[in-house]
Amino acid sequence: MSQQPASAYFLVDKTARETKATLSILVDNEVGALARVVGLFAGRGYNIESLTVAETDHQKHTSRITIVTRGTAEVIEQIKAQIGRLIPVHRVVDLSREKLGIEREMALVKVSGTGETRAEALRLSEVFRARVIDITHSSFVFELTGTQEKIDAFVDLLIPLGLVEFSRTGVVAISRGAEPL
Amino acid sequence: MSETMTGAEMVVRALRDQGVKHIFGYPGGAVLPIYDALFKQDHVEHVLVRHEQGAAHAAEGYARSTGKPGVLLVTSGPGATNAVTGLVDAMMDSIPLVAITGQVPTHLIGSDAFQECDTVGITRSCTKHNFLVRNIADLARVLHDAFHIAVTGRPGPVVVDIPKDVQFKTGLYTGPEHIVHRRYRPQTHGDPARVEQAVALMAMAKRPVFYSGGGVINSGPRASRALRELVRLTGFPITSTLMGLGAFPASDRQWLGMLGMHGTFEANLCMNRCDVMINIGARFDDRVTGRLDRFSPGSRKIHVDIDPSSINKNVRVDIPILGDCAEVLESMLEVWRAKAYVPDRSALTEWWTQIAGWRARKSLAFRQSDETIKPQYAVQRLYELTKGRKTYITTEVGQHQMWAAQHYHFEEPNRWMTSGGLGTMGYGIPAAVGVQVAHPDALVIDIAGEASVQMTMQEVSTAVQYRLPIKIFILNNEYMGMVRQWQQLLHGGRYSHSYSEALPDFVKLAEAYGAKGIRAVKASELDQAIEEMIAYDGPVIFDCVVDKTENCLPMIPSGAAHDEMILPDAAEPATVSEEGKMLV
Repeated sequence: MSQQPASAYFLVDKTARETKATLSILVDNEVGALARVVGLFAGRGYNIESLTVAETDHQKHTSRITIVTRGTAEVIEQIKAQIGRLIPVHRVVDLSREKLGIEREMALVKVSGTGETRAEALRLSEVFRARVIDITHSSFVFELTGTQEKIDAFVDLLIPLGLVEFSRTGVVAISRGAEPL
Repeated sequence: MSETMTGAEMVVRALRDQGVKHIFGYPGGAVLPIYDALFKQDHVEHVLVRHEQGAAHAAEGYARSTGKPGVLLVTSGPGATNAVTGLVDAMMDSIPLVAITGQVPTHLIGSDAFQECDTVGITRSCTKHNFLVRNIADLARVLHDAFHIAVTGRPGPVVVDIPKDVQFKTGLYTGPEHIVHRRYRPQTHGDPARVEQAVALMAMAKRPVFYSGGGVINSGPRASRALRELVRLTGFPITSTLMGLGAFPASDRQWLGMLGMHGTFEANLCMNRCDVMINIGARFDDRVTGRLDRFSPGSRKIHVDIDPSSINKNVRVDIPILGDCAEVLESMLEVWRAKAYVPDRSALTEWWTQIAGWRARKSLAFRQSDETIKPQYAVQRLYELTKGRKTYITTEVGQHQMWAAQHYHFEEPNRWMTSGGLGTMGYGIPAAVGVQVAHPDALVIDIAGEASVQMTMQEVSTAVQYRLPIKIFILNNEYMGMVRQWQQLLHGGRYSHSYSEALPDFVKLAEAYGAKGIRAVKASELDQAIEEMIAYDGPVIFDCVVDKTENCLPMIPSGAAHDEMILPDAAEPATVSEEGKMLV
């Protein structure tokens, strides 16, 4: 352990290994519920790599928030405990653990070009099973669904072929099997 | 069962139905309808503070000393923002508060109206929960939910923000008996298997220590009773955090004193060398643990806490038990008795001998030699002259707070009100106001520093108005003592802005407020001056002029572990005295 500088606190360098976690959070869809969850991440210094949210049960007014975050096992455990004690939160599950969950993301990808690059972009989209949802003589907009890695790969391949911009939803996830969250 | 009334009337009615006798507040434009409703009744008594921060701390003192929720009522905008420090303080120390804040009318929200602020946005991270009530139909339920959330589970502050138009509107009021929160159900009963595991581990321990915290106080008198029983049954030593003082009587021979940065040598070394640590309602705060990588390296740890996020947050434990301290302690007692466990007496005898050696160092020793009053001596004399009475102590934050924790000894829970987690200078006077409102006949003393006390001095005016005979006992060393101490130890003695070159004459200040002022400068006049303070039937500001550069010791310096304490010069060298051996 290195020499501590003059401080009223014990200082540490964090070196532990970080992993990714996909948290599925069931909350009451009330004013400020999302702000509570997101504010907790900001306030306690946790990362948000992606975030999706929408009301999923209109009768019970509950929403599902999916957050992809990164941290050591201890930090992920702490994040779950901190979210769990927010009053509007029903459940928090880490769907990335032990192959518990299935993750998907959607992206809309705009490519511009003519001639061979344009044809190549279209061929690639077919390989990736992307759909063309907008078309002009010099551009396409593709819709692609898949894992984060698949979308990353598609986007990387399109860069030299005239990628203009893309928009992605962030990860949504659900558990495998018959049981609900 | 439902009755029709205005929103403002609902607020007052809900307070009454929740058993609230006193609230602390300050009126303003956005809460005038509620103040009007208060005016027309005499069930709920309102105490007018001088600053909204004072209302929050007074409510904290009230809550901490009674076990009931503290209630404050403030206006929108600056009323709410002034209360924020108190809300954070209550959040950190798990004090149940319900803060009712006025808000601009709903149609003006978001328009930067006069005295508008985003109260729920500002207080979201510093409350257990908060509500903005836009619809009169929700008001009664929200008010009752607020009380339920504030007092159950790990207690904390709850804000209810009520726009002025909602206060005027008429709606149906429902009483608390018909309202059940649809989801919030904190777990209070500890997992029986874990409790059995924990008790089995305790029974095998050779060098055990109980480490109790504010959770025992929050859990109520049942928890303190069960803790005392368990500690005596097992014969284990016990230490406590700053927030937990009083749960176990300080006069008991199993008591080690407070632990942590300014804890006793014996308490910290017990933590360092123990083989089984039993944490009851404490949260491994950084002021307690010191450097984490060398915190109690050889122990197996049991942690009882009602908040799942406290478990494994700073320190990984072996047996976590989620539950209310009282329930878990009672289950532990049952298991210990049912299994007829017997502690390892010979190991314990050896352990107590070791402890006696550490005790013999007298880590709280100080030299009161000349006429200059040592601050520790002042607290010691205050303790000796007040211990026979029903006394409640509040503090500000700094050296005086630590000296109070070290040298004032508590036999009962709920007698010690201090700002532990947030460390809020200015807490003590308003907290004393709140305590005195709850306990009109008790002796309520704020052990203070001359710097802290000026942050909320205006609340003396509140004490005078309501004839609250609080005693403000200022250890006046003209420095922000703890800041000066850190500057001496860590910043080469460069006393950057820690000396107050101008201070008020506290005696004259007291008189200006209509209180009594007393000054003691010499050790020989201290006792008589303290007696005079106690005897005076009214608020007193006591200016106790003490040694200016005394350091608060013992101390675990930054980045150090429990076994690397700085001891005072007056401490004895390490030997096991005959007296120490007798303690076993």
